[in-house]
Amino acid sequence: MSGIDNLKGTVVRHSLNKRVGQYFLAMCAAGLLAGCATSGNPKDPIEGFNRAMYGVHEGIDTVLLKPVATGYDAVLPDPVQTGVTNFFANIADIPTAVNNLLQGKVAYAFNDLGRVAVNTTVGIVGLFDVATGMGLEKHDEDFGQTFGWWGVGEGPFVFLPILGPRTSRDAVGVWLDIYTDPLNYIDDVPVRNSLWALLAVNKRANLLPADKVIEEAALDKYSYIRDAYLQNRRNQVFDGNPPPRDE
Amino acid sequence: MKWLFAALTGVLMSVSVAAAESAPDELVKTVTDEVLTIVRNDKDIQSGNAKKAIALVEAKVLPHFNFTRMTQLAMGREWRNASPAQQQTLTSEFKTLLVRTYSKALTEYRNQTIEYKPLAAKAGDTEVKVKTLVKQPNSAKPIELDYSLEKQDAGWKVYDIEVAGVSLVTNYRDTFATEVRNNGIDGLIKALQTKNASAK
Repeated sequence: MSGIDNLKGTVVRHSLNKRVGQYFLAMCAAGLLAGCATSGNPKDPIEGFNRAMYGVHEGIDTVLLKPVATGYDAVLPDPVQTGVTNFFANIADIPTAVNNLLQGKVAYAFNDLGRVAVNTTVGIVGLFDVATGMGLEKHDEDFGQTFGWWGVGEGPFVFLPILGPRTSRDAVGVWLDIYTDPLNYIDDVPVRNSLWALLAVNKRANLLPADKVIEEAALDKYSYIRDAYLQNRRNQVFDGNPPPRDE
Repeated sequence: MKWLFAALTGVLMSVSVAAAESAPDELVKTVTDEVLTIVRNDKDIQSGNAKKAIALVEAKVLPHFNFTRMTQLAMGREWRNASPAQQQTLTSEFKTLLVRTYSKALTEYRNQTIEYKPLAAKAGDTEVKVKTLVKQPNSAKPIELDYSLEKQDAGWKVYDIEVAGVSLVTNYRDTFATEVRNNGIDGLIKALQTKNASAK
Protein backbone atom coordinates (compact mmCIF):
# COMPACT_ATOMS: atom_id res chain seq x y z
CA MET A 1 0.00 0.00 0.00
CA SER A 2 2.72 2.47 0.98
CA GLY A 3 4.69 1.46 -2.11
CA ILE A 4 1.83 2.67 -4.27
CA ASP A 5 1.57 5.89 -2.27
CA ASN A 6 5.28 6.48 -2.73
CA LEU A 7 4.88 5.91 -6.43
CA LYS A 8 1.92 8.27 -6.50
CA GLY A 9 3.96 10.86 -4.66
CA THR A 10 6.83 10.54 -7.08
CA VAL A 11 4.52 10.71 -10.05
CA VAL A 12 2.80 13.80 -8.65
CA ARG A 13 6.16 15.47 -7.94
CA HIS A 14 7.32 14.63 -11.42
CA SER A 15 4.16 15.94 -12.97
CA LEU A 16 4.53 19.22 -11.07
CA ASN A 17 8.08 19.50 -12.34
CA LYS A 18 6.90 18.47 -15.79
CA ARG A 19 4.32 21.23 -15.67
CA VAL A 20 6.92 23.74 -14.54
CA GLY A 21 9.18 22.54 -17.35
CA GLN A 22 6.38 22.80 -19.88
CA TYR A 23 5.62 26.29 -18.61
CA PHE A 24 9.17 27.41 -19.30
CA LEU A 25 9.21 25.77 -22.72
CA ALA A 26 5.97 27.48 -23.59
CA MET A 27 7.38 30.80 -22.49
CA CYS A 28 10.52 30.25 -24.56
CA ALA A 29 8.46 29.34 -27.60
CA ALA A 30 6.27 32.39 -27.20
CA GLY A 31 9.43 34.37 -26.74
CA LEU A 32 10.94 33.22 -30.01
CA LEU A 33 7.85 34.39 -31.79
CA ALA A 34 7.12 37.61 -29.94
CA GLY A 35 10.65 38.40 -28.91
CA CYS A 36 11.92 39.35 -32.32
CA ALA A 37 10.91 42.85 -31.29
CA THR A 38 14.24 43.64 -29.66
CA SER A 39 14.55 47.07 -28.13
CA GLY A 40 17.55 49.32 -27.96
CA ASN A 41 17.83 48.65 -24.24
CA PRO A 42 21.00 46.67 -23.50
CA LYS A 43 19.71 45.34 -20.20
CA ASP A 44 16.39 44.20 -21.64
CA PRO A 45 17.19 42.65 -25.05
CA ILE A 46 13.85 40.83 -25.32
CA GLU A 47 11.75 43.75 -24.16
CA GLY A 48 9.03 43.05 -26.71
CA PHE A 49 8.49 39.55 -25.35
CA ASN A 50 8.72 40.77 -21.78
CA ARG A 51 6.11 43.48 -22.21
CA ALA A 52 3.79 40.91 -23.78
CA MET A 53 4.31 38.60 -20.84
CA TYR A 54 3.80 41.51 -18.46
CA GLY A 55 0.46 42.12 -20.15
CA VAL A 56 -0.54 38.50 -19.58
CA HIS A 57 0.61 38.74 -15.99
CA GLU A 58 -1.39 41.90 -15.32
CA GLY A 59 -4.41 40.24 -16.88
CA ILE A 60 -4.22 37.18 -14.62
CA ASP A 61 -3.56 39.41 -11.65
CA THR A 62 -6.49 41.73 -12.32
CA VAL A 63 -8.94 38.95 -12.98
CA LEU A 64 -7.87 36.37 -10.42
CA LEU A 65 -5.04 36.96 -7.99
CA LYS A 66 -5.64 40.54 -6.89
CA PRO A 67 -9.37 40.17 -6.11
CA VAL A 68 -8.71 37.03 -4.08
CA ALA A 69 -5.81 38.68 -2.26
CA THR A 70 -7.87 41.80 -1.59
CA GLY A 71 -10.67 39.72 -0.13
CA TYR A 72 -8.19 37.72 1.93
CA ASP A 73 -6.62 40.95 3.21
CA ALA A 74 -9.99 42.40 4.15
CA VAL A 75 -11.24 39.34 5.95
CA LEU A 76 -8.18 38.21 7.86
CA PRO A 77 -7.03 40.26 10.86
CA ASP A 78 -3.43 41.55 10.62
CA PRO A 79 -2.02 39.27 13.34
CA VAL A 80 -3.40 36.24 11.51
CA GLN A 81 -1.86 37.38 8.22
CA THR A 82 1.41 37.91 10.04
CA GLY A 83 1.12 34.37 11.37
CA VAL A 84 0.61 32.98 7.87
CA THR A 85 3.55 35.01 6.56
CA ASN A 86 5.70 33.75 9.44
CA PHE A 87 4.62 30.15 8.83
CA PHE A 88 5.83 30.21 5.23
CA ALA A 89 8.90 32.27 6.08
CA ASN A 90 9.88 29.59 8.58
CA ILE A 91 9.64 26.86 5.94
CA ALA A 92 11.64 29.05 3.57
CA ASP A 93 14.47 29.22 6.10
CA ILE A 94 15.37 25.63 5.17
CA PRO A 95 16.26 26.27 1.51
CA THR A 96 17.83 29.53 2.69
CA ALA A 97 20.12 27.52 4.95
CA VAL A 98 20.94 25.17 2.06
CA ASN A 99 21.82 28.06 -0.22
CA ASN A 100 23.89 29.78 2.44
CA LEU A 101 25.83 26.54 2.76
CA LEU A 102 26.28 26.34 -1.02
CA GLN A 103 27.68 29.88 -0.89
CA GLY A 104 30.12 28.92 1.84
CA LYS A 105 28.37 31.04 4.45
CA VAL A 106 28.43 28.30 7.05
CA ALA A 107 27.73 30.49 10.08
CA TYR A 108 24.65 31.94 8.36
CA ALA A 109 23.45 28.44 7.48
CA PHE A 110 23.62 27.34 11.10
CA ASN A 111 21.89 30.57 12.08
CA ASP A 112 19.06 29.71 9.69
CA LEU A 113 18.72 26.15 10.95
CA GLY A 114 18.65 27.57 14.45
CA ARG A 115 15.79 29.83 13.40
CA VAL A 116 13.83 26.87 12.09
CA ALA A 117 14.40 24.89 15.27
CA VAL A 118 13.34 27.73 17.56
CA ASN A 119 10.42 29.00 15.51
CA THR A 120 8.98 25.54 14.87
CA THR A 121 8.98 24.65 18.55
CA VAL A 122 8.74 27.78 20.68
CA GLY A 123 7.19 29.68 17.79
CA ILE A 124 4.51 27.01 17.30
CA VAL A 125 5.13 25.59 13.81
CA GLY A 126 6.51 28.92 12.70
CA LEU A 127 3.45 31.04 13.42
CA PHE A 128 5.49 33.28 15.68
CA ASP A 129 8.94 34.56 14.86
CA VAL A 130 10.70 34.34 18.20
CA ALA A 131 14.10 33.68 16.66
CA THR A 132 14.67 37.24 15.45
CA GLY A 133 14.18 38.53 18.98
CA MET A 134 16.78 36.01 20.12
CA GLY A 135 19.40 37.47 17.82
CA LEU A 136 19.03 34.94 14.99
CA GLU A 137 18.56 37.31 12.10
CA LYS A 138 16.47 36.53 9.05
CA HIS A 139 18.26 35.80 5.81
CA ASP A 140 16.89 35.38 2.35
CA GLU A 141 18.75 33.17 -0.10
CA ASP A 142 17.74 31.18 -3.15
CA PHE A 143 19.39 29.35 -6.03
CA GLY A 144 19.49 32.42 -8.24
CA GLN A 145 21.47 34.26 -5.57
CA THR A 146 23.74 31.24 -5.16
CA PHE A 147 24.51 31.20 -8.86
CA GLY A 148 25.14 34.93 -8.71
CA TRP A 149 27.44 34.49 -5.74
CA TRP A 150 29.36 31.86 -7.71
CA GLY A 151 29.86 34.41 -10.47
CA VAL A 152 27.16 33.46 -12.94
CA GLY A 153 26.11 36.54 -14.89
CA GLU A 154 22.54 37.79 -14.80
CA GLY A 155 21.67 37.16 -18.42
CA PRO A 156 18.82 38.96 -20.18
CA PHE A 157 15.93 40.21 -18.10
CA VAL A 158 12.79 38.15 -18.46
CA PHE A 159 9.25 38.74 -17.21
CA LEU A 160 7.24 35.61 -16.49
CA PRO A 161 3.50 35.60 -15.88
CA ILE A 162 2.62 34.88 -12.24
CA LEU A 163 6.25 34.42 -11.21
CA GLY A 164 7.04 37.97 -12.20
CA PRO A 165 10.33 39.65 -13.06
CA ARG A 166 13.53 37.57 -13.15
CA THR A 167 17.00 37.68 -14.61
CA SER A 168 17.60 34.65 -16.85
CA ARG A 169 19.92 33.24 -14.23
CA ASP A 170 17.21 33.62 -11.60
CA ALA A 171 14.58 32.10 -13.88
CA VAL A 172 16.66 28.92 -13.90
CA GLY A 173 17.19 29.32 -10.18
CA VAL A 174 13.49 29.61 -9.40
CA TRP A 175 12.88 26.26 -11.08
CA LEU A 176 15.38 24.70 -8.68
CA ASP A 177 13.79 26.64 -5.81
CA ILE A 178 10.38 25.13 -6.59
CA TYR A 179 11.88 21.66 -6.99
CA THR A 180 13.61 21.82 -3.61
CA ASP A 181 10.86 23.65 -1.74
CA PRO A 182 9.88 21.58 1.31
CA LEU A 183 6.21 22.16 0.40
CA ASN A 184 6.85 20.22 -2.79
CA TYR A 185 7.44 17.05 -0.80
CA ILE A 186 4.05 16.85 0.84
CA ASP A 187 2.47 13.70 -0.60
CA ASP A 188 -1.13 14.69 0.08
CA VAL A 189 -1.98 16.57 -3.10
CA PRO A 190 -5.02 18.56 -1.90
CA VAL A 191 -3.10 19.70 1.19
CA ARG A 192 -0.06 20.64 -0.85
CA ASN A 193 -2.08 22.53 -3.43
CA SER A 194 -3.98 24.38 -0.70
CA LEU A 195 -0.70 25.42 0.88
CA TRP A 196 0.73 26.62 -2.46
CA ALA A 197 -2.47 28.61 -3.01
CA LEU A 198 -2.36 30.11 0.46
CA LEU A 199 1.29 31.05 -0.04
CA ALA A 200 0.48 32.79 -3.31
CA VAL A 201 -2.54 34.68 -1.96
CA ASN A 202 -0.72 35.73 1.21
CA LYS A 203 2.27 36.97 -0.78
CA ARG A 204 -0.01 38.90 -3.09
CA ALA A 205 -1.85 40.42 -0.13
CA ASN A 206 1.46 41.54 1.35
CA LEU A 207 2.20 43.35 -1.90
CA LEU A 208 -1.08 45.28 -2.06
CA PRO A 209 0.37 48.41 -0.42
CA ALA A 210 3.22 48.34 -2.93
CA ASP A 211 0.72 48.31 -5.81
CA LYS A 212 -0.72 51.61 -4.69
CA VAL A 213 2.65 53.27 -4.42
CA ILE A 214 3.89 51.92 -7.76
CA GLU A 215 0.72 53.21 -9.43
CA GLU A 216 1.60 56.64 -8.09
CA ALA A 217 5.32 56.51 -8.76
CA ALA A 218 5.63 54.93 -12.16
CA LEU A 219 5.44 56.66 -15.51
CA ASP A 220 5.68 53.21 -17.09
CA LYS A 221 4.88 50.40 -14.68
CA TYR A 222 6.70 47.72 -16.63
CA SER A 223 10.05 49.52 -16.79
CA TYR A 224 9.72 50.80 -13.21
CA ILE A 225 9.19 47.24 -11.92
CA ARG A 226 11.97 45.89 -14.13
CA ASP A 227 14.54 48.47 -13.03
CA ALA A 228 13.65 48.21 -9.35
CA TYR A 229 13.85 44.42 -9.57
CA LEU A 230 17.29 44.44 -11.22
CA GLN A 231 18.72 46.87 -8.67
CA ASN A 232 17.20 45.03 -5.73
CA ARG A 233 18.41 41.69 -7.02
CA ARG A 234 22.02 42.86 -7.30
CA ASN A 235 21.73 44.15 -3.76
CA GLN A 236 20.34 40.80 -2.61
CA VAL A 237 22.97 38.66 -4.34
CA PHE A 238 25.74 40.61 -2.67
CA ASP A 239 23.94 40.82 0.69
CA GLY A 240 23.71 44.59 0.68
CA ASN A 241 27.17 45.34 -0.69
CA PRO A 242 26.95 45.27 -4.45
CA PRO A 243 30.11 46.17 -6.35
CA PRO A 244 29.96 49.72 -7.72
CA ARG A 245 28.35 49.97 -11.11
CA ASP A 246 29.99 51.97 -13.86
CA GLU A 247 27.09 54.20 -14.75
CA MET B 1 4.80 47.95 -0.57
CA LYS B 2 7.16 47.87 2.28
CA TRP B 3 10.12 49.16 0.33
CA LEU B 4 8.22 51.97 -1.19
CA PHE B 5 7.01 52.94 2.22
CA ALA B 6 10.61 52.97 3.23
CA ALA B 7 11.31 55.26 0.29
CA LEU B 8 8.71 57.53 1.69
CA THR B 9 10.26 57.70 5.12
CA GLY B 10 13.40 58.64 3.25
CA VAL B 11 11.68 61.83 2.29
CA LEU B 12 10.48 62.38 5.82
CA MET B 13 13.94 62.97 7.14
CA SER B 14 14.18 66.26 5.39
CA VAL B 15 11.80 67.94 7.81
CA SER B 16 14.00 69.65 10.39
CA VAL B 17 12.38 73.06 10.53
CA ALA B 18 14.85 75.46 12.12
CA ALA B 19 17.84 73.14 12.22
CA ALA B 20 21.02 74.97 11.43
CA GLU B 21 24.11 72.83 10.99
CA SER B 22 22.90 69.59 12.59
CA ALA B 23 24.87 66.53 11.61
CA PRO B 24 23.27 64.65 8.69
CA ASP B 25 22.48 61.54 10.71
CA GLU B 26 20.90 63.61 13.49
CA LEU B 27 18.87 65.35 10.84
CA VAL B 28 17.63 62.06 9.45
CA LYS B 29 16.72 60.82 12.89
CA THR B 30 14.98 64.01 14.02
CA VAL B 31 12.91 64.34 10.94
CA THR B 32 12.01 60.68 10.61
CA ASP B 33 10.99 60.48 14.25
CA GLU B 34 8.94 63.63 13.96
CA VAL B 35 7.06 62.61 10.87
CA LEU B 36 6.48 59.01 11.93
CA THR B 37 5.15 60.20 15.28
CA ILE B 38 2.68 62.37 13.43
CA VAL B 39 1.64 59.51 11.17
CA ARG B 40 1.39 57.06 14.04
CA ASN B 41 -1.11 59.32 15.78
CA ASP B 42 -3.05 60.26 12.70
CA LYS B 43 -5.70 57.70 11.79
CA ASP B 44 -6.75 59.79 8.81
CA ILE B 45 -3.40 59.44 7.11
CA GLN B 46 -3.22 55.75 7.92
CA SER B 47 -6.61 55.14 6.36
CA GLY B 48 -5.53 56.78 3.13
CA ASN B 49 -6.17 60.52 3.39
CA ALA B 50 -3.84 61.58 0.59
CA LYS B 51 -4.39 65.33 1.03
CA LYS B 52 -3.29 65.22 4.65
CA ALA B 53 -0.29 63.09 3.81
CA ILE B 54 0.75 65.45 1.02
CA ALA B 55 0.35 68.44 3.34
CA LEU B 56 2.58 66.70 5.86
CA VAL B 57 5.22 65.92 3.26
CA GLU B 58 5.18 69.45 1.86
CA ALA B 59 5.45 71.04 5.26
CA LYS B 60 7.99 68.77 6.84
CA VAL B 61 9.97 67.20 4.05
CA LEU B 62 10.33 69.47 1.05
CA PRO B 63 12.76 71.96 2.60
CA HIS B 64 15.42 69.27 2.92
CA PHE B 65 15.46 67.88 -0.52
CA ASN B 66 17.53 69.12 -3.42
CA PHE B 67 15.05 68.35 -6.17
CA THR B 68 17.08 70.15 -8.81
CA ARG B 69 20.01 67.85 -8.28
CA MET B 70 17.72 64.80 -8.14
CA THR B 71 16.14 65.75 -11.45
CA GLN B 72 19.54 66.42 -12.96
CA LEU B 73 20.80 63.01 -11.84
CA ALA B 74 17.67 61.28 -13.10
CA MET B 75 18.04 62.99 -16.48
CA GLY B 76 21.68 61.99 -16.82
CA ARG B 77 23.25 63.15 -20.05
CA GLU B 78 19.97 64.58 -21.29
CA TRP B 79 20.03 67.33 -18.67
CA ARG B 80 22.53 69.27 -20.75
CA ASN B 81 20.23 69.00 -23.75
CA ALA B 82 17.38 70.64 -21.91
CA SER B 83 16.83 74.40 -21.99
CA PRO B 84 16.71 76.27 -18.64
CA ALA B 85 12.93 76.53 -18.99
CA GLN B 86 12.67 72.79 -19.63
CA GLN B 87 14.96 72.09 -16.69
CA GLN B 88 12.75 74.13 -14.42
CA THR B 89 9.57 72.42 -15.60
CA LEU B 90 11.17 69.00 -15.28
CA THR B 91 12.28 69.73 -11.72
CA SER B 92 8.87 71.00 -10.74
CA GLU B 93 7.00 68.06 -12.26
CA PHE B 94 9.41 65.52 -10.82
CA LYS B 95 9.03 67.11 -7.42
CA THR B 96 5.24 66.82 -7.62
CA LEU B 97 5.54 63.18 -8.65
CA LEU B 98 7.86 62.36 -5.78
CA VAL B 99 5.77 64.19 -3.20
CA ARG B 100 2.65 62.32 -4.29
CA THR B 101 4.46 58.97 -4.30
CA TYR B 102 5.84 59.49 -0.85
CA SER B 103 2.55 60.69 0.51
CA LYS B 104 0.94 57.54 -0.81
CA ALA B 105 3.56 55.40 0.88
CA LEU B 106 3.01 57.30 4.13
CA THR B 107 -0.61 56.22 4.15
CA GLU B 108 0.61 52.62 4.18
CA TYR B 109 2.57 53.06 7.40
CA ARG B 110 1.80 50.24 9.79
CA ASN B 111 3.97 50.69 12.84
CA GLN B 112 7.30 49.80 11.38
CA THR B 113 10.27 50.87 13.51
CA ILE B 114 13.53 52.41 12.36
CA GLU B 115 17.04 51.49 13.38
CA TYR B 116 19.67 54.13 12.74
CA LYS B 117 23.15 52.91 11.86
CA PRO B 118 26.25 54.81 12.97
CA LEU B 119 27.38 57.38 10.45
CA ALA B 120 30.43 56.32 8.49
CA ALA B 121 31.73 59.70 7.35
CA LYS B 122 34.74 61.88 8.00
CA ALA B 123 34.54 65.37 9.45
CA GLY B 124 35.12 67.30 6.25
CA ASP B 125 32.86 65.22 3.97
CA THR B 126 30.39 67.19 1.91
CA GLU B 127 28.52 64.13 0.68
CA VAL B 128 27.43 61.41 3.05
CA LYS B 129 25.22 58.38 3.12
CA VAL B 130 23.04 57.86 6.16
CA LYS B 131 21.95 54.26 6.60
CA THR B 132 18.84 53.12 8.39
CA LEU B 133 16.89 49.88 8.66
CA VAL B 134 13.13 49.65 8.52
CA LYS B 135 11.89 46.82 10.70
CA GLN B 136 8.71 45.02 9.73
CA PRO B 137 6.13 43.84 12.24
CA ASN B 138 6.23 40.32 10.83
CA SER B 139 9.31 38.20 10.32
CA ALA B 140 10.17 39.67 6.94
CA LYS B 141 13.76 40.79 6.60
CA PRO B 142 14.30 44.42 7.63
CA ILE B 143 14.62 46.81 4.69
CA GLU B 144 17.66 48.97 4.16
CA LEU B 145 16.85 52.62 3.67
CA ASP B 146 19.82 54.83 2.82
CA TYR B 147 19.86 58.57 2.25
CA SER B 148 22.50 60.35 0.19
CA LEU B 149 22.95 63.90 1.45
CA GLU B 150 25.08 66.78 0.28
CA LYS B 151 26.23 69.72 2.35
CA GLN B 152 24.96 73.12 1.32
CA ASP B 153 25.13 76.52 3.03
CA ALA B 154 21.51 76.08 4.04
CA GLY B 155 22.22 72.69 5.59
CA TRP B 156 22.26 69.09 4.45
CA LYS B 157 20.01 68.20 1.54
CA VAL B 158 18.95 64.81 0.27
CA TYR B 159 19.65 64.03 -3.36
CA ASP B 160 19.01 60.31 -3.49
CA ILE B 161 17.32 57.56 -1.53
CA GLU B 162 18.05 53.85 -1.76
CA VAL B 163 15.45 51.38 -0.64
CA ALA B 164 16.66 47.80 -0.40
CA GLY B 165 19.44 48.74 -2.75
CA VAL B 166 17.13 50.38 -5.26
CA SER B 167 18.28 53.92 -5.90
CA LEU B 168 15.38 56.21 -6.62
CA VAL B 169 17.41 58.36 -8.97
CA THR B 170 18.77 55.38 -10.91
CA ASN B 171 15.30 53.87 -11.22
CA TYR B 172 13.86 57.01 -12.71
CA ARG B 173 16.95 57.52 -14.87
CA ASP B 174 16.07 54.56 -17.04
CA THR B 175 12.42 55.52 -17.28
CA PHE B 176 13.37 59.09 -18.25
CA ALA B 177 15.99 57.93 -20.74
CA THR B 178 13.49 55.70 -22.50
CA GLU B 179 10.89 58.46 -22.63
CA VAL B 180 13.39 61.00 -23.98
CA ARG B 181 14.65 58.50 -26.56
CA ASN B 182 11.11 57.85 -27.79
CA ASN B 183 9.48 61.25 -27.45
CA GLY B 184 12.18 63.82 -26.70
CA ILE B 185 12.49 66.03 -23.65
CA ASP B 186 9.15 67.72 -24.31
CA GLY B 187 7.60 64.27 -24.52
CA LEU B 188 8.98 63.47 -21.07
CA ILE B 189 7.63 66.75 -19.68
CA LYS B 190 4.24 65.99 -21.13
CA ALA B 191 4.26 62.47 -19.70
CA LEU B 192 5.09 63.81 -16.25
CA GLN B 193 2.41 66.48 -16.47
CA THR B 194 -0.19 63.99 -17.61
CA LYS B 195 0.73 61.66 -14.78
CA ASN B 196 0.60 64.42 -12.17
CA ALA B 197 -2.70 65.71 -13.48
CA SER B 198 -4.32 62.28 -13.68
CA ALA B 199 -4.67 61.34 -10.03
CA LYS B 200 -5.43 64.76 -8.62
